[in-house]
Formats: sequence, structure tokens, C-alpha cells
Amino acid sequence: MYLATSRSASPTTPGGAGPARVSGTVVGLGLVSFFTDASSELVAAFLPVYLLYGLGIGYLQFGVLDGLYTGATAVLRLAGGHLADRTARPRAVALFGYGLSAVTKLGFPLVGGSVAGIGGLLAADRAGKGIRTAPRDAMITAASPRAALGRAFGVHRALDTAGALLGPLLAFALLAGIGSAYDAVFGTSFCLALIGVLILFFFVRVDPPAPVTMAPPGTGAGDPAVTWPGADGGVPAVARPGAGQGDPAARRGGAPARPRVTLRGSLALLRNVALRRVAGCALLLGLATAGDAFLFVTLAERSGIGGNALSLMPLGTAATFLLAAIPVGRLADRLGRWRVFLAGQALLVAGYALLAGPLTGWALLPVVLGLHGLYYAATDGVLMAHVGALLPPELRSTGLALVQTGQALARMAAAVAFGALAQGWALRPAFTVFAAALLVATVASAVVHRTTDREYA
Amino acid sequence: MNRRLAGICTIAVVLLAGAGYVGWTVWRQRPASAATGGLDPARSGTLLYVDEAAGDRRVGQVAPGGEAATGDLRCLRMYSAGGTTICLRALTVPAGFEALLLDRNLAKIRTVRVDGTPSRARVSASGRLVAWTVFRSGDSYDPGRFSTTAGIYDTADRKLYGSLEDFTLTVDGAPYDRPDVNFWGVTFAADDRTFYATLGSAGRTWLLRGDLRTRTLTAIHENAECPAVSPDGTRVAYKKRGAGGAWRLHVLDLASGQEVALAETANVDDQAVWFDPTTVGYATTPAGARHPAVFAVPADGSGAPRLVRPDASSPAPLT
Repeated sequence: MYLATSRSASPTTPGGAGPARVSGTVVGLGLVSFFTDASSELVAAFLPVYLLYGLGIGYLQFGVLDGLYTGATAVLRLAGGHLADRTARPRAVALFGYGLSAVTKLGFPLVGGSVAGIGGLLAADRAGKGIRTAPRDAMITAASPRAALGRAFGVHRALDTAGALLGPLLAFALLAGIGSAYDAVFGTSFCLALIGVLILFFFVRVDPPAPVTMAPPGTGAGDPAVTWPGADGGVPAVARPGAGQGDPAARRGGAPARPRVTLRGSLALLRNVALRRVAGCALLLGLATAGDAFLFVTLAERSGIGGNALSLMPLGTAATFLLAAIPVGRLADRLGRWRVFLAGQALLVAGYALLAGPLTGWALLPVVLGLHGLYYAATDGVLMAHVGALLPPELRSTGLALVQTGQALARMAAAVAFGALAQGWALRPAFTVFAAALLVATVASAVVHRTTDREYA
Repeated sequence: MNRRLAGICTIAVVLLAGAGYVGWTVWRQRPASAATGGLDPARSGTLLYVDEAAGDRRVGQVAPGGEAATGDLRCLRMYSAGGTTICLRALTVPAGFEALLLDRNLAKIRTVRVDGTPSRARVSASGRLVAWTVFRSGDSYDPGRFSTTAGIYDTADRKLYGSLEDFTLTVDGAPYDRPDVNFWGVTFAADDRTFYATLGSAGRTWLLRGDLRTRTLTAIHENAECPAVSPDGTRVAYKKRGAGGAWRLHVLDLASGQEVALAETANVDDQAVWFDPTTVGYATTPAGARHPAVFAVPADGSGAPRLVRPDASSPAPLT
């Protein structure tokens, strides 16, 4: 039945070139993320050497900086999301976020060895990331047919991950090639970030072209899922089969009488039962997620390869994520995004259970890293695709930011809890506890929020 | 259409500017034509070091009162003794770092991939044993803190001790088993079996004496990091954290347990070396300078620091 709906939607894909086309906006945003991630991962990989050999800053101070780097800029996510909705200019807000991160790369040679200066630059870089994330995901949602949101996010995340893989390679190529010419490394990073900003500025359009090209006949004129602001606790179940295209109503300029977005109005988002449930589930699942670093350390120990390949492990996860993001996104469009999201959580439970279990040996490596990469492919973009379809267009950035912030804060708390558990006990029992907790959270999420995404498709 | 063209042109300009800048940097760093490739790790009485002036981190060699020469070897951190040289450096694929081990003709013995940012390097006086320390952040138990890995390679047995974590550790006479232990800064005694290193755990540090054959580590002194054992094996120089958090070099007499502070009062974050039985060397960045420099100071706490080589780090005095 769902398949039939999905097929009936596919002929409405723009360009009439079959169902496989992803909007240029999504590819553009993917390239923006590709260059931006390459830029920031380049600096992240290079920073320890720079601090130690360029500035002579010891490990302990580096620890403090590292804490700042990953520290809480979560509130800025919400601010960025709200601002994007309030001004109805997600692209402008995203441009500011990307621009801010780009400019920080030029700051490093200027602040020199000042620990406070470097900390401030790292915080500003993170702030830029916080500000831009929700508006960007909202733009991806707006530019994609609802039935193919999973694929759209899959394309974006694949490009994003490819950039993250390229960054460290560039960093070490520069280090090996030109030693400690630190300015050239920061210059390269800045150029990459600037290219990202320029792609966003010149090539990513959010304003819809005339309906002739973008909204073929048969597309619903309004936003199908939105019964807003009549959020009388209603399930956002407005089944409008055939509403394949994104939401032309969400545009500034063309759309008549766009609702005004206020802080109070944004708070009303919380009255949306489905969003509340999804955000709550994401929070709960986040609280049962051990940090990646712990997974890699334990895997190194259990697989017997030792600590000397630790830094290569994230590559295994990222490569799996990169390869699986698009197919899993398409699968999510077909089977239901919430279902695939929960299946992804189940894969992580399996990974934790393997680490907690009695098995040892190198064979654990591909299995656990594969599960971990698939978990990312099935959850990261897929959750945003699911949430994006739940939200009224004028509050999309705010809603996405809400879910992301809750998830991020929960994960930070969970990492601290896991660290305490592992320190007082050991890594394996800590993973037993987290596997059980994550399983409970996954089952609870499946019970609390039942949906096949059909109603949003 | 115009917008698209403008975009393509702007991006092309940025790409060209970036590539040009990197290319210019590489070109600018070409080694000065004079005196390269002349490193001789067997030439006693000279000092090997990493040249900090040019930015490409070439290894240099200088004899007292002589002209300095730099070779093609480029390292983040290096050490050399008994004809064996260790060079810790970046490697592109897979992105990371390696320890390059070289014989007395600077021919490669082998490389060891090290997982983390290079921090310390040492070779035993005979040239047989080699050690390195790397550190990582992000995977320690305590978020925002670092963890270290110290590795040892025996060039005679071709035996690799990837880390010291499987050695039996004793602190205050009792077995010590906590998950947060870190080891760093290995130094070797003349018997090519005994070594000293640092243990860090629970916010404290200890000087360890290790035995490669029995695979044991015993804490012998508290608050001592990055030891360097004297040529006669009777004393150990190390950095000790003071009340204000700065490190100051101290020398411990192993027989009497007597500890003296050396005359250098500036913060020293380095693993010291012994220039001779009465002189300790180290690198630190002098106030107002852009690069570290190598200094020497008497090992008995008397005298004052003396500049040995400006714009240099990783001192390796060849005996």
C-alpha cells in the first residue's frame, strides 16, 4: 500500500528524469559541508602538533582547550534555528555560521600562543557550526520531496563524511610535505572553508523557481503535513498521498501571508505531540549512547590490535557511513524513516553487546566498525528526515534545532556517565550497562512513537 | 547565469590563491644550498638537534665552535645515541605519525606506526634500545584530558614493546591496577635492560624503574616526569611540578634519595639529556623568543643556564 503511494509520488519528481534526481540545493549544501568539514577536520588533526611544536603548549593546557572545543555551544543551535525561522532566511543564517567558522581559521596565526585566544577561536568555530546546522537541515528538507527526504539527507551526509575523511589526509600531507609551515596549513583550511561559503552564496538557492519547473501538476499546493497552528495536541497525520514536492508555501516573497514566527510561537512547537515524542525519544536514546571514543578504545582492547591503530578506527566507521548513507536513506524512504532510525539504534545495541560479550579477536574490528557506521547511516540524517517532515515549514529550523540540541546534550551527559562508570569499574561492564539501557530506550521509543512515516510521505 | 559565472570565477581564484600560497611556502623552504646531507650520527663530540629556524624541522649537527650543517632528515622530535637515530614524523597515508629508526649510516632499520602526537624520543647509550612517547586527546577516560603511549623497540632482538600497559606495576609496594594509568618519557640505563619512565594516574606522577626482562615497573619517587638517567646510572634528571604548576628540572641521587633543583628557573617542558656527567641539557623557549633553544645547566644545582644552540630543540649529544 505504501509502495503504491510512493510510486505514485515519483513521477512528480522535478525534471521528469526519473525518480533518482536529488535537488540541486541538496547537492549544493552537500558540497558546502564537504569543503567545510574538510577545512575543520584539517585543523582538528593538525592542532595537537601545532600546539605542541608550534607554540610549545603542553598536554595539560591542551586538555583544557579540547574540552572547550567540544564544549557546550548547544544553546547557539537553538538560537540559530530560531533566528532562521524568525527571519525566514535560513540561508542567510547558515551563511553567517559557515562564514564565522571560516574566519576563525585566519585567526590562528594572529593569536599566536595565547591559550585564551586559541580557546576563543575554537569556541567561535563550534559556535558557527551550532548556528548553521539547523537552518541547513531545514533547507534540505524544504528542497526535497517528502517521499525522498531520507535519500536527500543521505546524499548530504555522504558528502559531509567524505569531507571529514579528506581533512586529516590533507593535514598530514601538508605536515609531511612542509613541516611546520603552520600559516600554510591554516591558509589551506581557510581556503577550503571559503570555497564552502562561496558555493552556498553563489550556487545554493532557496527561493523556489516558478512553479512550472519545480512543482509539476499533481503536487499539493500547500504543505500537506501542517495543521499549524492548530496544534491541539494532534498527531500530525495529514495523509495527503501524492504530495511529493516540498512545500512551496514556505517561501518568503511568493507565499501569501506567511505566519509570523515569535519565541512564544516557537515554544508552541512543544505542543506538537509527535515532535515531543520524537525529541523525547532522541533524548532518551542519547542518554544511553556511549561516546565514540570509548567504543574505539574498547574495540582496540577486545580485538587485540592494541592502541597503535586507535586513530585509524574512526576511518572504518566513517567509510561505512559514507558508503551506506545514500542506500540506507533510500531504504528509510521506502520502509519508514522512524523504523530505520530504530533499526539503526538496534545495530548500535548489537555493537555494544559484542564489546561487552566474551568474543575477542581481530574479526571484531570489521563487524563492530561496520555496525557503528551503519548506525550512523541509519540515524544521523534519517532522524532529521523524519523530524523535518513533522514540522510546519515556518518553524522547521527551530524544531530541528530542538531535537539536535536535546540529543547533543544527552550524549554529552552520557559520555561523562560512561567515563565515570568505566573508571570506577571497567570498560566491558560499562558497555553491558549501556547495551541494556540502549535496548530499553530503543524498545521504549518503538512503543511510544509508532509510525511508518506513511502519513508524512 | 552571471551569478553562476561569478561563482565559478571566485572559487577558481580562491583555489589558485590557496595552491599558490602552499606552493610558495614549499619553494621558500628549499634547503639553503650550503652544507646539507652531511649528518654523521657516529661523530662523537657533536650535537644533533632539530632546527627550528626555517620551519621545515630539519635535523642539524654542530661541533663545538664549528659550523652547523643540516641534512635531509626532518622530524618533529628526534634522538640519537650509539649510532642509532629515532625520528618521529608525520606520515600522509594513512594519516598519522611514525617512528623512523635509522642505523649509523642513516639507513632505515624499520618504521613503527605510532598512534598519537609525538612527544618524547630516546635511544640507549649502546644504540640497541629505542623508546618513544606519543599522546592523544579524546580517548582518555576523563573527557578533555590526554592519554599517552610509551613504546620500546629492541633493535637486537627486533622485539617491539608496543606499550608498557601489560607490564606488572607496583606503587608503594603494592600492585597498582587502575584503568587511568599513563606512561611517558622512557630513558635507558647502560645495561640495556633497566629503564626509567613516568607513571601518571589519578592526578599524580611517579618516577618508575622498569625491567625489560621481567616486564616489571616499580615506582621509586613521586612528582617526577620525563626522566633522563645519567651516563653512570647513579642520578636521574627530571622535571618536577612546582606549586605554581610550572616544571623545574631536578636531579635525584638514586642511592641517597637526595633531590636538588637545577639553576634554570624558567618553566621547562622537555625530557632532559646529559651532555656529560656534570651537565644537563634541555630545550625551552627563552622569554621573548619565537622558537625554543637548547641550554645546558650544571647537574648539581650550582651555576646558571648557558645557551648552547639557538632555534633548536630535541638535543642529542653524541658521545
